[in-house]
Amino acid sequence: MASVSLLETRQVCKNFGGLDALVNVDFDLPGGQVRALIGPNGAGKSTLVGTICGRIKPTSGSILFDGQEITQMATHRRICLGIAYTFQITSVFSRLTAFENVALGVRRIHGNRRHKVRGLVMEALERVNIADLARQRAGDLSYGHQRLLEIAMGLGQSPVLFIMDEPTQGLSEGEIEGFKELIRSLSGQTTILLIEHNMNVVMETAQYITVLNSGSVLAEGTGDEMRRNKQVQAAYLGRN
Amino acid sequence: MIRPSRDVSLHAGVLAALLLLFFVTSAYHNGNLARIMVLAVFAMGYNFLFGYTGLLSLGHALFFSAGMYGLGISMNHLDMTVLPAFGMGILASLAVTGAIGFLALRTSGVAFMIVTLMFAQAGYLTILLFGKYTRGDEGFVIQQAERTLFGIDLTDPTNRYFAAFALFAVSYLFIAWAVRTSFGRCLVAIRENEARARMLGYDTARHKYLALLASGVLSGASGAGYALLFGYAGATFASVQYSILPLLWVLLGGAGTTIGPLVGTAFAFYLVDVSSEFTSAYLLVVGATIVFLTLFFPQGLSGELRRRLAPWLP
Repeated sequence: MASVSLLETRQVCKNFGGLDALVNVDFDLPGGQVRALIGPNGAGKSTLVGTICGRIKPTSGSILFDGQEITQMATHRRICLGIAYTFQITSVFSRLTAFENVALGVRRIHGNRRHKVRGLVMEALERVNIADLARQRAGDLSYGHQRLLEIAMGLGQSPVLFIMDEPTQGLSEGEIEGFKELIRSLSGQTTILLIEHNMNVVMETAQYITVLNSGSVLAEGTGDEMRRNKQVQAAYLGRN
Repeated sequence: MIRPSRDVSLHAGVLAALLLLFFVTSAYHNGNLARIMVLAVFAMGYNFLFGYTGLLSLGHALFFSAGMYGLGISMNHLDMTVLPAFGMGILASLAVTGAIGFLALRTSGVAFMIVTLMFAQAGYLTILLFGKYTRGDEGFVIQQAERTLFGIDLTDPTNRYFAAFALFAVSYLFIAWAVRTSFGRCLVAIRENEARARMLGYDTARHKYLALLASGVLSGASGAGYALLFGYAGATFASVQYSILPLLWVLLGGAGTTIGPLVGTAFAFYLVDVSSEFTSAYLLVVGATIVFLTLFFPQGLSGELRRRLAPWLP
């Protein structure tokens, strides 16, 4: 890779009470890339992004974002550096409106400037095609719309690095098409790290793929390379 | 979503109504209203932490009495005049809240309730321990002659009403403004889902601490105002009862609404006032009414109003 790494993990390990969830993970993500992180259930995908955004403290190893050591940094400060994260399990503010959910993230960056905030919120909601639901309570939205709202909450923060944990889970076919379109429109401006089970989405959106298995990096490469990789096939098919 | 005009007219309307009430109600009700306005400041402070930030404290009596004794002791033992003594009340509540918040906010949920309750009990016992200065449960009177501000006699019912109104108006406008800022919105986000608020880049620990400080200082301002306008400071105001009362007022009036604390305080006050006219078992009436309200209007009076008629209610 010619471009400079935006995110690097160096020998990251995480041990959950005797279980090695991550073993010496070296992971490099160049700026501007759309990267998919795949692997069987329990491979350590969510744990790895958890250590990146600060929800999980690694047992050892270090994490660098934009050349800066962030291993010990508090979660909210990492987010302020420009990392946005959407939860695997939908985590919206269910008693607040969809608008307010997105506005919370926007205001953190732009303060309480009403017109500016309103414009950015509506833009984020429009990009995931739920602008017409802005005034509805988030808890009243369908599951798929809540997933899209999660993505809009990330978009509203105009992140440098956008980490999405299984964003297409629970989306309809049409919404998945829209999601792929969205990722394509973001690529180049925003660096995206995508945990995804839907191989169709992975192959169509990701420029590069990292395969995790049993807590370590099994293989990395383009979609075609991964498709042909015997180890990757074994890791997936061996479990099925 | 953003309708400043409706908010502003509501707030102006509430304040105008309170001014108007002075001229249309009897002296007896004027006295009651002065007391309600001062205590509503306590409830508003409580609501800022409980209703907006989602932290249920059982120790606010200590913040109230810190303000009360901060003013009372400064006037009676240090011979201060009203204004600096009021400042001492604010400082005392700020110091007490700051110290307790630093420790208590390491906990949350039920543990936070217990820790604040225990600190408040320790504070109550401390007030009894220093009975030489605080006069314990018996309390002390702040002399009428000393209760003047800029030459205005605050013991005069009219002046007292407007002093209570001024304290209420400043606190009310502060809350109305604060909940509209991005800081205030973030408090609501913390109440709804703290982990998510942190994941949006907010320093939730700092927000909670500042919310507690504001809550404690408003409670202290209410305590100082109460001592000043009604001329008495006593340890009873530090007892657990005065930690439960603001919670009750806020629940009755509507947690997380700007007018809820005033509505709840007034409602609870007049519930006791009216029912005790008819029966000596007025506490039974009060209890039954509270049970009825919490069963059928769990969001309080203004919470219900918001749900049914005015979803914009701040």
